[in-house]
Amino acid sequence: MALLIKNARIVNAAGEDKETKDILIDGGKIVQIAPQIDREGATVVDAKGKKVLPGFIDLHVHLREPGREDKETIESGSRSAVKGGFTSIFCMPNTTPAIDTAQTVQYILDQARKVGLVNVYPVGAITKNRAGVEITEMMDLKRAGCLGVSDDGRGLMNSGLMRRALEYAKMAGLLVMQHCEDDNLSAKGMMNEGALSTLLGLKGDPFIAETVIIARDIEIARYLGTRVHFMHISSARSVDLIRRARAEGVKVTCEATPHHFTLTEEVVKSFDTSTKVNPPLRTRADVDAIKAGLKDGTIDCIATDHAPHTHEDKEVEYDGAPPGLIGLETAFALALKELVAGGVLTLPQLVDKMSASPARVMGLENKGDIAVGKDADLAIVDLGCEWKVTKEDTVSKSKNSPFMGWALKGRVTTTVCGGKLVYTDARAS
Amino acid sequence: MSKWKHKHLMDLQDTTRDDIELILETARSFKEVSSREIKKVPALRGKTVAMLFAEPSTRTRVSFELAAKRLSADTLAIQAAASSLVKGETLLDTALNIEAMNVDLVVVRHGASGAPQILANGTSMSIVNAGDGCRAHPTQALLDIFTIKEKFGSLEGVKVTIVGDILHSRVARSNIAGMIKMGAHVVVCGPSTLLPVGIEEMGVEATTDINKALKGADVVMALRMQKERQQDAFLPSIAEYVREFCITPERLKMANARALVMHPGPTNRGIEIAAEVADGPQSVILEQVTNGIAIRMAVLYLLLGRKT
Amino acid sequence: MSTIMDQEQVRRAVTRIAHEILERNKGVEDVCLVGIRTRGAVLADRLRKAIHEIEGVELPTGILDINLYRDDLTIISKQPVIRETLIDFDITDKIVVLVDDVLYTGRTIRAAFDALVDLGRPGCIQLAVLVDRGHRELPIRADFVGKNIPTAKEQVVKVCLSESDNSIDSVTVGQGGAR
Repeated sequence: MALLIKNARIVNAAGEDKETKDILIDGGKIVQIAPQIDREGATVVDAKGKKVLPGFIDLHVHLREPGREDKETIESGSRSAVKGGFTSIFCMPNTTPAIDTAQTVQYILDQARKVGLVNVYPVGAITKNRAGVEITEMMDLKRAGCLGVSDDGRGLMNSGLMRRALEYAKMAGLLVMQHCEDDNLSAKGMMNEGALSTLLGLKGDPFIAETVIIARDIEIARYLGTRVHFMHISSARSVDLIRRARAEGVKVTCEATPHHFTLTEEVVKSFDTSTKVNPPLRTRADVDAIKAGLKDGTIDCIATDHAPHTHEDKEVEYDGAPPGLIGLETAFALALKELVAGGVLTLPQLVDKMSASPARVMGLENKGDIAVGKDADLAIVDLGCEWKVTKEDTVSKSKNSPFMGWALKGRVTTTVCGGKLVYTDARAS
Repeated sequence: MSKWKHKHLMDLQDTTRDDIELILETARSFKEVSSREIKKVPALRGKTVAMLFAEPSTRTRVSFELAAKRLSADTLAIQAAASSLVKGETLLDTALNIEAMNVDLVVVRHGASGAPQILANGTSMSIVNAGDGCRAHPTQALLDIFTIKEKFGSLEGVKVTIVGDILHSRVARSNIAGMIKMGAHVVVCGPSTLLPVGIEEMGVEATTDINKALKGADVVMALRMQKERQQDAFLPSIAEYVREFCITPERLKMANARALVMHPGPTNRGIEIAAEVADGPQSVILEQVTNGIAIRMAVLYLLLGRKT
Repeated sequence: MSTIMDQEQVRRAVTRIAHEILERNKGVEDVCLVGIRTRGAVLADRLRKAIHEIEGVELPTGILDINLYRDDLTIISKQPVIRETLIDFDITDKIVVLVDDVLYTGRTIRAAFDALVDLGRPGCIQLAVLVDRGHRELPIRADFVGKNIPTAKEQVVKVCLSESDNSIDSVTVGQGGAR
C-alpha cells in the first residue's frame, strides 16, 4: 500500500529544501517527490512543522541475540532503533554463538525479517569464535548477507593475522571493522588512564591502547592498499593519526559514538557503572578532538555502540560491571545538542554522519538519501520537542544509560522503513 | 570547633581540614578511654555496627571491632564474597539484608574501588570505608596523621616521604589527600612502574630517587610490597626492589635524626623495611596500631552520635 | 536578664563551699576534687586554690568529660564535642567531691556517676554546685550549694566564669526556650 508524506521539509546531506514537498512511497521505494501529490487510498502522514530525514544507519549495535536475550533481542533492539530514527543497523558478532558462520547470519536475518521493523545487517566475525586465531569463512559470510567483519569487543592483536584478514576480506568484498584495542596496554583498565584514574583508584586504560592498533593497521592497510574501518575512536591522537593517513591516501574510515563526543571521564567519579564503556570516556581535549574530526570529515560516521546490559549485570562494583551503554534512542538528540546546537555541524552535515556517510562506507547505494528511486527509509523529526530520558520511556530491554534523567531537545516522531510505517511516537499521536 | 556533618566516611578527598581536626580532637579523648582499667563507655549503647569484609583483613577488622565495643555498640562480622559475580548475591543485596536487621552502620572493606559508594547510594545506613580497591583507606590515613600530630604537634611543613608501591596503594592515596590538607609536604617514591600517572596532580612530589626522597624527611612511611608485582612485570624481582628501595638503617640516616618510621602493616620485614628499622627507636608502627582504635572510635562516635 | 550573682558573690560562694567541704570531711584527708567539663572544672580549680589558702594543702583535682555517658546522646541536636577526661590519680576509696556549675534535672550528675564508677570505686561521692535551680528529674541533691535560685522551667540560667567564658564572673537568669 502506498504511503504519502505531506508537507515534508526534506533534509538530505546535500542540504535542506527551501519549501515543503510531498513524498509518495510505493513498493518500498520513493516514487515521487513534488510540491503537491494526491493519491487515492494512500496512507497519509502529515509532516507539517517537522523535518524529514533519510533514516539513520548505525554501523555499531549489539543486539545480544543469540545468547543474551535477557539483555536485548532482535525484536527489542529493532524497536529501540526505530524509536531513535534508525532504519538500518549493523549488529556486532559478539553473541553466543558468535556470528562466524553463514547459519548464524541466516538466523539473524530470519529473525529480523519476522520482526520486520528495521534493516538488520549482521557483521560477521573476523576470526572463528572471535578467538583471534583462524579467520572465518568470509566468502560464505558474504554470500549469506554480511557486508563487514569485526571481532568487536576485542581487537585483533596478531598483526600477521590482521594482514591476512584484510587481504582475504578484500577478496570477499567485506569491510574489516576494527575494535582498536591492544589488550596488553589496556590491561583490563576500567577508565581512561590519567590523574583521575589515579585519584579514583581505578585501573587505567591509556589511549595508546587504541592508537598503537590504529597506527599499526594504517601501516598494514597502506602496504596492502586495502580498506579498513576503525570503530568507536575515542582519543585525540586517534583522530590525528587517521587525519594524516587519509591525507596520504590510505583508505581508512572511522566512526565515533555520541557518548565519546558528549561525556568526559569526569562522570566516572560517581562510580555509576553506566559510565563504564570500552573504549573508556576520555578527557575534554579528546572530546574536542572528536568534534573537530567530525567537523573536518576525518570521522565519517556517528555510530552508537548500543550495548545493552541487564540491571543485574550492571548493579555491581565498577570493576565487575561489563562495559557498554545503550545509545539508539538518545543518539540523534545528543548529536543535535552537542554537534548542531554546539556549532560543530549543520543539520545536513549531521544527516551525512548518521545516514549518507554510513551508507557510503558500507556500500548501501539505495540508502542515505531522500530521492526518487531510493529506498523509502525515513525519519521524521520534531527538532523543538523537549523530552526527558527515563527508564519508562526507554524501549530497549536494558536501561544502562548514563543519560538517564537528561533533558534533551529533538525527537523522532515517525520512522518509515522500506515504505512501511514502523514507528509513531505515542506522544505525537 | 566545627560540627560533624557527614553521614558517611568514604574518603579524605571530600572532608575538610576542619573535619579532620574534629576527628583528631575526638580521638584524643578516646585514646584516654583505652588506657583505663575499664576500657568502655556507654556512648553507643544500643547501636549496631556491622563489619562487611569482602577482602581478608584481620587487623583493620579487629581494630574497628574493638573501637565499636569500647563504645558499647554491638558488632557483627559478615564475610562477603570477594566478587558479586562469584556468589550471585550482589554487594548491594548483602547490604540490604544487613539493613533489614536494623543495623545502624556498616564498616566495609572491598577489593573494588568505589564499592562502598554502592552501599551509600543503595541503603540508608551510615557507611565507613575500611579500604576499597586502590582508592581510599581513610581511617588508616587519619591514624597516621594522628600519630604524626601527636609527635610533632602539627603537620604544617612536615616532610612526609611515602616509599613503595604507590600505584596499588589506597593508604598512599588517602594519606596524600589528608596530609596535604593538614599542611604537610608529601613526597612519593618508588619504582617508575609503580608511580601512577598524574599523581603529581594530587599535590605531591614524585620521584624514583630514594636518596632525594629521604633527604630531610620528618616521616618515612614504607608501604607493603606484594610479591605479585613481579609476575605482573612491574618489577624485575623483589631482590632488586630491596636493593633499591628497602628502608635500611643506612638509608634512614638520610632522613632527619628524629624522623618517624611508619608502616600501615602488615610489614614484610627485609623487603620494604629492614627489621632493625621496623623495631628501631624511630619506629612508631605499634603506636599506629594503638591510635587506630582511638581514631575508629572517634569516627564511629561522630557518625552514629549525630542527630538524624 | 537579671543578675542573680555578681563577681563578688561568686567569690564568696566558692570560699564558703571550700570551708563547708573541710568542715564536713573534718579536714582534707582522702578528699579529691573532680570538676565536670567545662565550668565545673573551672570551679573545682577555684575550690582547690581556696582550700590551699585555708589549709595549705593541694587537693588532687581532675576533670571529667561526661558526654560519653549522657542518656540523650543521639537526641540532642548539637552533638557534644568529646574532650579528654584528665584524672591522674586513683579515686578508689577517696572522697570525691564532684563539682558542677548548675544543678538542674540531675541527668548530668547521673552520667558523671557512671563515668566515675568506670574510673574506680570511690569511698563516697559528694556534690558541690554553684547554683541549684530546681526541677530535678532524678532523686539527686547537692551537698554544697552556692545559691538556690527558684526558676521556671522555660527560664535560662547562665553562668559566666572568667577562665572559660572570657568575661567577668556572673550568674544571670533570663527568659527563653527551655535549656
